[in-house]
Amino acid sequence: MSQVAAVESTSSVTDALRIEGLHKSFGKLEVLKGIDMVVAQHEVVCLIGASGSGKSTLLRCINLLEPVDAGRITVAGQEITRRGADADRIRRGIGIVFQAFNLFPHMSVVRNVTLAPIKVLGRSRRAAEAEADELLERFGLADKRDDFPDRLSGGQQQRVAIVRALAMRPDLLLLDEITSALDPELVAEVLDVIRELAASGMTMVIATHEMGFARDIADRVCFLDGGVVAEEGPPARIFSDPQEARTRQFLDRIIRAGRL
Amino acid sequence: MSGIADSSANEPLPPRRSRSLRRPRGGGILIAAVSTIVVFAGLGYVLVNAPGWARVQESFFDAEIFADAFPEVAQAFLVNVRIFLTAEALILVVALLLAVMRSLPGPVFFPFRLMAVIYIDFFRGVPGLLVIYLLGLGIPALRLPGVTNDVLFWGLVGLVLVWSAYVAEVYRSGIDSIHPSQEAAARSLGLSRLQSLRFVVLPQAVRRVIPPLLNDFIGLQKDTALLSLLGIVEAFRRAQIAASAAFDFTPYLITALFFLVLTVPLARLTDWLVERDRRKRYAQVGAR
Repeated sequence: MSQVAAVESTSSVTDALRIEGLHKSFGKLEVLKGIDMVVAQHEVVCLIGASGSGKSTLLRCINLLEPVDAGRITVAGQEITRRGADADRIRRGIGIVFQAFNLFPHMSVVRNVTLAPIKVLGRSRRAAEAEADELLERFGLADKRDDFPDRLSGGQQQRVAIVRALAMRPDLLLLDEITSALDPELVAEVLDVIRELAASGMTMVIATHEMGFARDIADRVCFLDGGVVAEEGPPARIFSDPQEARTRQFLDRIIRAGRL
Repeated sequence: MSGIADSSANEPLPPRRSRSLRRPRGGGILIAAVSTIVVFAGLGYVLVNAPGWARVQESFFDAEIFADAFPEVAQAFLVNVRIFLTAEALILVVALLLAVMRSLPGPVFFPFRLMAVIYIDFFRGVPGLLVIYLLGLGIPALRLPGVTNDVLFWGLVGLVLVWSAYVAEVYRSGIDSIHPSQEAAARSLGLSRLQSLRFVVLPQAVRRVIPPLLNDFIGLQKDTALLSLLGIVEAFRRAQIAASAAFDFTPYLITALFFLVLTVPLARLTDWLVERDRRKRYAQVGAR
């Protein structure tokens, strides 16, 4: 077991995430047509691209919420797409935050956050709550601890969702358009949380429409188009001097819409 | 302006949005009272002045027979209560298992889904009366060694089999009503399929289906009278015996009253549960 792990890990010991030739179709619609991507430890990668370009699908594949049709995904040296991989175990180490928050409406904030640590990691309620309280405090949610999700603003709900993912101490955090469902005045409080996480060294893959934010925070930006990574590079280059015609077209549309 | 004056004093709660019985407020009370009296008095008038009322009164509403039969029907009604309490407890479990079986995803679980569908189609499609007859009279007739011949047992099994099919569909509608993103969120945290079901999907699903669930239980409670056909002396059978002894239908009225006394509070309890759940979730800020 450990020998296998050692052999696998030699090839990519520093990569948090490695994606090779990933294909994914829904029925006849091929959404991902061979994605290749490497994310280093502590790196923040932003995925940009038009709606339907496959950003969300890619993130859901990385978290094994969607089975992949072809290709390999390797997380911290372990191939997670191999046959017989324990998906439940793999997901523990990969957090995902969704556009629509997806909090559990029948549980208070603290129960939302502690459910997985207690049931999946087998932590005691007391230990899990202590950790949850610490995280809630850190993200300005301490006074919302016992509230139910429908009492919270969208921004607060999304921050709780982030805390819920962080409570599993993931090595990799996937953020799927997490500000798209928020009122404009609530976007900043959520983005601030992500900035703090980036500063603390969290490895993140962020699908976003907030180009200003992507330029700020990303170490690298990947532009998805037609089911492949059409162009990637540091944000300064992608946003000021894109090489590909379709990247320029996309950014022009964004600029015309006043989003950059 | 004038109509508002008398209503505001004793109304501390905000208006309710539930579909439970709404009591009229303020000036509405007077209108409601007059309207209620007129309607019910009118209906009573028609009834009492019907040509055959005297005969009906004698054979359905005889006070003396009522008093005579009341204790024994009451005693027998306890049998009904025991039957449906036991049946309800079993149905809650069996139906949940069926619903979960029917909701299992993927090709591996196809045979389980198929079994659940066949079961539900069969027991919802066959009249409960037939199932009870077949089990209660058929199985004891087989004289299988080690198998009980107790008709009460087999009658109970029949009720559980039939009503589990209905209640399973109620559960399933609840499970289906929970958005898949809830399961995705649970699975993304590392919860297994079963843990997601147990901690995230089912608690929400069950809460949603409590009203239709209790509705089915009201139906089940009335169906306990079917076991009289196996010779079990429950309230209906006891009333039958009393009625034929007295040549009078009044004992049936007693049975009807007992069923009402039981089902009406259950209906109100359903309303109350729904209302309480709504308040708990939507009135958090006011409560603290």
